[in-house]
Amino acid sequence: MNEITKDLLREISDWDGEFKGAYNIRENGQCAGRMSSRNIRIESKTDKPGLEIFIAPGTKGETVSIPACVTHGDVDDLVYNDFFVGENADVIIVAGCGIHTEMGEPARHNGIHRFFLGKGSHVKYLEKHVGKGHGTGLRSIDPVTEAELEENSVLEMDTAQIGGVDRTTRMTAAKLGEGAKLYIRERILTEKEQTAKTDFRVEMNGRDSGVDLISRSVARDDSHQEYHSVIIGNAPCTGHSECDAIISENGKVDAAPELHARDNDAALIHEAAIGKIAGEQILKLRTLGMTEEEAEATIIDGFLS
Amino acid sequence: MIILLRLENISWNTPDGMPVLHDLDLTVGDGRLIVITGPNGGGKTTLAKIIAGIYTQSSGKLYLDERDITDLDITERARLGISFAFQQPVRFKGITVRKLIELAAGEKLPLDRICSYMSKVGLCAEEYIDREVNSTLSGGEIKRIEIATVLARHSAVSVFDEPEAGIDLWSFANLIKTFEDIRTNLNGSIIIISHQERILRIADEIAIVAGGTIKAQGKPDDMMKLLAENNAVSGKCYRQEEMF
Repeated sequence: MNEITKDLLREISDWDGEFKGAYNIRENGQCAGRMSSRNIRIESKTDKPGLEIFIAPGTKGETVSIPACVTHGDVDDLVYNDFFVGENADVIIVAGCGIHTEMGEPARHNGIHRFFLGKGSHVKYLEKHVGKGHGTGLRSIDPVTEAELEENSVLEMDTAQIGGVDRTTRMTAAKLGEGAKLYIRERILTEKEQTAKTDFRVEMNGRDSGVDLISRSVARDDSHQEYHSVIIGNAPCTGHSECDAIISENGKVDAAPELHARDNDAALIHEAAIGKIAGEQILKLRTLGMTEEEAEATIIDGFLS
Repeated sequence: MIILLRLENISWNTPDGMPVLHDLDLTVGDGRLIVITGPNGGGKTTLAKIIAGIYTQSSGKLYLDERDITDLDITERARLGISFAFQQPVRFKGITVRKLIELAAGEKLPLDRICSYMSKVGLCAEEYIDREVNSTLSGGEIKRIEIATVLARHSAVSVFDEPEAGIDLWSFANLIKTFEDIRTNLNGSIIIISHQERILRIADEIAIVAGGTIKAQGKPDDMMKLLAENNAVSGKCYRQEEMF
């Protein structure tokens, strides 16, 4: 594992020289370290690049980390990771990605993650993406997340891309069974001429299933973001989505939320707000002694926290 | 009495040229609690915002502890020790109550310090500190948090623009006590824009603003008498229902 990978790991995961629990480190498309635990087994796929992660039923309080790092240009990394979460397990999955380039070649990581949550299981999924280095080549991260939630399972997704990634297309799709709950918190910051496209599709097929999707984004400079969500209620269920964006300089945001109620007892709500930072917010923080620039940075940090 | 804040010949016009304040003079003594009152539209909030630097006076001079602050902006005045509690506080998505109070204090604070500020405005810190200052909080809650941010700054001059607006009766009683505590225990001066009789009664001095200038400034008994007489004689400048 090289030093750049170590720096990236500190940013995208809770690595502090070691992981607590099962892990697999992916470095430039290769495995740079792996450990399974008694309850969490990590195996390589045999038909394509990637992993199969088996979490035993009833596993409680364990963490599995599967960070991926690209430390130079001219890498196009594609990986398929499948998570099989046993009934009544309660675990944390950390799956960040960092790209570092110093030259002019492009670098890309494309992680396709599939989650199969057994009955009554609970997963907290943390995904942080960063781009680093002075390279002029395009840094791209294109995650695909697919999830199937069985009866009364809960998936909490907390995803963040805070700077340095030039292009990203993020696709998330989920199907929810009876009583299943999906919570998504997405935060994206784009600057310069970066672009980010996020696409959510959630199908609530089971009675009393629910989704709460909150996306917060900041588009600065000449960057451009697109947000598209589709929430489909095929059963008595509750769905809420919220898309808030701050734009500054020439930043642009397109938001297109869709709600589809296919059951008479589906209750679906969408909220959206796009705009620049309110002048009153800046004023308030300036009365606390901040400069205008400090106030703006504080508001954006808080918004994306 | 040491003069902490002095305003000389302050005038302010709206962007389209309408005069709101003209040739206004005001002095605030060190450690004094001044209540600025008067009819609606008389220029009270404008005056408060000029003191904080939120509005820039069209002409006139301001001095803080004999230092000329006329050309200083909001940030510079805040750093010199002028705080401002907005009549209609703003909300922040993603910023917690704890974070906002720490930003006001300029440092990380232990829970007991945050509790102290929050309890002064009638809120239980443990229930609120991790909540975002967003639309899930009621208008009254936001207002009380706004006042707590000013308390956390320990400023030389704290300006409160109609602090009673949106505050329930129990918290209002607490707020009166808080203003009295600040006056007793801190060195700072307090300027309160208010119509409330109970706030008028705790003032060291009352300044009556009407028609864009200070009509009178003096002891509460004298000023309350003046207000009552004015109301009895003309009913033009101050309507009783607006005052109390």
